[in-house]
Amino acid sequence: MSAKDYYGGAPQQQYYPPQGPPPGQGGYYPGPQQPQQAYGAQPYGGQPGYGQPYQPQPPPQTVYVLPAGALKNVAALSGARSTSLNAARSLPRVRFASSSASSSSAFESFTNSRATLASATLLTVGSIAWYANLYGTLPFIGEVHANSPAEEGLHPAQYPWSHAGWLDSFDHASIRRGYQVYREVCAACHSLDRIAWRNLVGVSHTVDEVKAMAEEVEYEDGPNDQGEMFTRPGKLSDYLPPPYPNEEAARASNQGALPPDLSLIVKARHGGADYIFSLLTGYRDPPAGFEIREGMNYNPYFPGNAISMARVLFDGLVEYDDGTPATTSQMAKDVVTFLNWAAEPEHDERKKAGLKAVILFSALTAISLYVKRHKWTVIKTRKIQYNPPSSH
Amino acid sequence: MSALASTFYNALVKRNSVFVPVIFTGAFAFSVGFDIGITKLWDARNQGKQWKDIRAKYIEEE
Repeated sequence: MSAKDYYGGAPQQQYYPPQGPPPGQGGYYPGPQQPQQAYGAQPYGGQPGYGQPYQPQPPPQTVYVLPAGALKNVAALSGARSTSLNAARSLPRVRFASSSASSSSAFESFTNSRATLASATLLTVGSIAWYANLYGTLPFIGEVHANSPAEEGLHPAQYPWSHAGWLDSFDHASIRRGYQVYREVCAACHSLDRIAWRNLVGVSHTVDEVKAMAEEVEYEDGPNDQGEMFTRPGKLSDYLPPPYPNEEAARASNQGALPPDLSLIVKARHGGADYIFSLLTGYRDPPAGFEIREGMNYNPYFPGNAISMARVLFDGLVEYDDGTPATTSQMAKDVVTFLNWAAEPEHDERKKAGLKAVILFSALTAISLYVKRHKWTVIKTRKIQYNPPSSH
Repeated sequence: MSALASTFYNALVKRNSVFVPVIFTGAFAFSVGFDIGITKLWDARNQGKQWKDIRAKYIEEE
């Protein structure tokens, strides 16, 4: 079937409205939806032929799938075919009318646009995320909790830690004071298994200070030549001494409660440093009606609100060698900074390397984007010229 | 501009025996310089917080 058959023998100039890409024009040029001009009315006039420069034309109204309504219209109009209109003209016109009514075209182009879809999606996702961030749950989805909010513990406030920012290092003077607090207060019950004496060198103490501190502790070593264990003063490679030889001894000394190891405690608790600071400074009398067992202590930040550890930090408990006043909150801040360092000893180097990586990778990304555009300019700016055969 | 570019090309890029050492030494020099620059920025931002800032208070002179 040739194109001539398909168009019912209508002359080429009366090709309107078109059924598809007209001869000589691909259907791939997006543009405003407007009726295809008859060829005779084109600006340069006459038939497009060889030697004519290519003029981009808006695409024809191309409808390959007919809605049901269009077929009904065709049936209704079938009687009119025999009068003045021929079939080749009436059928496409019905298609055209069914696909874009001129009165609602602005509304349709609004509802069908990608920008509308993208902004509606963004609005939906954004409002759901905002709701979830504000209330902690997804909207319209019920949740059942075994715990009341009080049993999960009060959420800690956010404190302005000196190492909180992306480019902030630890305050090493604070780490040094925090080690003193840990050593004099916390180490009575809490171990710090993953920190060796050598880790303190160059972070909070000089090597001579750390050697002196390690030598004060007796470590069991061996076996010697006679196969017997012996004790010796600590070395830099030894780990910080635990307060109890094993977990059972720790529980027996603390009414069945196990003081957790503090090496990774900042990473291991929700809220991290904020939570531990709030816990250390948050001891208070229980509210009226709150039953608390003998030997337990009330702390609103602790899950369940009853904690075995009593308040340990009081003003003036330690004496800092740099003259900082040892208030409760100062000691809590210092020991939390120290524990944060113990959990993340790589912290300073990590942030520094992160800065380098962000700079380098952004530069490389920019370069590769530029190179891509540079290489693709030939393809992106080319124009395809097609001259239809004249025998059409 | 084109004179500069042709000078650059003739001096550094034209011969592979020159171009490869230029890349290697350039990478080395850039990494050293970049590291120095980042460290300066880091130290300026964290003035007084790092160990090297407080070390002098605790070191014992031999």
